[in-house]
Amino acid sequence: MIRYRVAVHIVPRKGVLDPQGKAVADALHALGFETVRDARVGRHLVLDVDAGEAGAAERAVRAMCDKLLANPVTEDYEIAGVTPA
Amino acid sequence: MKFGIVTFPGSNREEDAFQAVSMVGGASAVRLWHKDHDLQGADVVILPGGFSYGDYLRVGAIARFSPIMREITEHARLGGPVLGICNGFQILCESQLLPGALLRNASLRFSSQWVTLRVEQTHTMFTNAYRPGALLRVPVAHGDGRFTADPESLLRIEGEGQVVFRYVDRSGVLDLAANPNGSLNNIAGIMNDTGNVLGLMPHPEDAVDPLLGSTDGLGLFESMLARVAA
Repeated sequence: MIRYRVAVHIVPRKGVLDPQGKAVADALHALGFETVRDARVGRHLVLDVDAGEAGAAERAVRAMCDKLLANPVTEDYEIAGVTPA
Repeated sequence: MKFGIVTFPGSNREEDAFQAVSMVGGASAVRLWHKDHDLQGADVVILPGGFSYGDYLRVGAIARFSPIMREITEHARLGGPVLGICNGFQILCESQLLPGALLRNASLRFSSQWVTLRVEQTHTMFTNAYRPGALLRVPVAHGDGRFTADPESLLRIEGEGQVVFRYVDRSGVLDLAANPNGSLNNIAGIMNDTGNVLGLMPHPEDAVDPLLGSTDGLGLFESMLARVAA
């Protein structure tokens, strides 16, 4: 077994009102960052996982997202990286 | 007729619920612990308000996997009544015993205030003591009460008459300003499609005594007694 560090981004799904993201976008506009078109505020998780190979570590984390880490009604997730821990 | 009130680590309204059901004549109540695998013969299960597991990850997401949730899910599947209040509503959505999800209030602020609810369905086991369109004064106290569902689910919930309570103004009119959290369609409480699981964000258990400012919440507990005991 090898220990992998798997990073996951979880963000509010498009179409779900994200008041935090909107507040952030508004603040950026007020500061002059007028090129910002959209902001979504979510969570970034870093998990250390033992697995035989990187693909297995990623599959395990996807299963964790489906079961617990992301809400299937309101959130999308993506694996942001799998590296040896 | 016995109520079972579940305490999770971080629950804080379980005693309020206990007090409320104790005020309904003919009912008894038992306290259930989240690690138990036994409903102790409870006819109605209440998931109370609070901040189970510190609201970590998402509200209700971790409590949903508490040991006792297995028995509660089975109880609900067999048609047994389950009432989720505030955090209890959030847990029921996370458990998929109710459709949709509860997100951060649109204002991004914790909402602690009195609201007016309109009873949208009175033929349910939870609301049969109210007359159609009754207006209830009850408090809310939550940071994550914005009910949301995908458009298809929302249509189904509305079409099947699963919306039981809506936020309205004091004269009973549906009004965005009366909505404390930005919930879709001013939804304050919904039931499942078989009518035995109800979740709502406001606190009827804190509106059961004139000393608290309202007794409008009593009808909910009386309704369950009338229906379940019958």
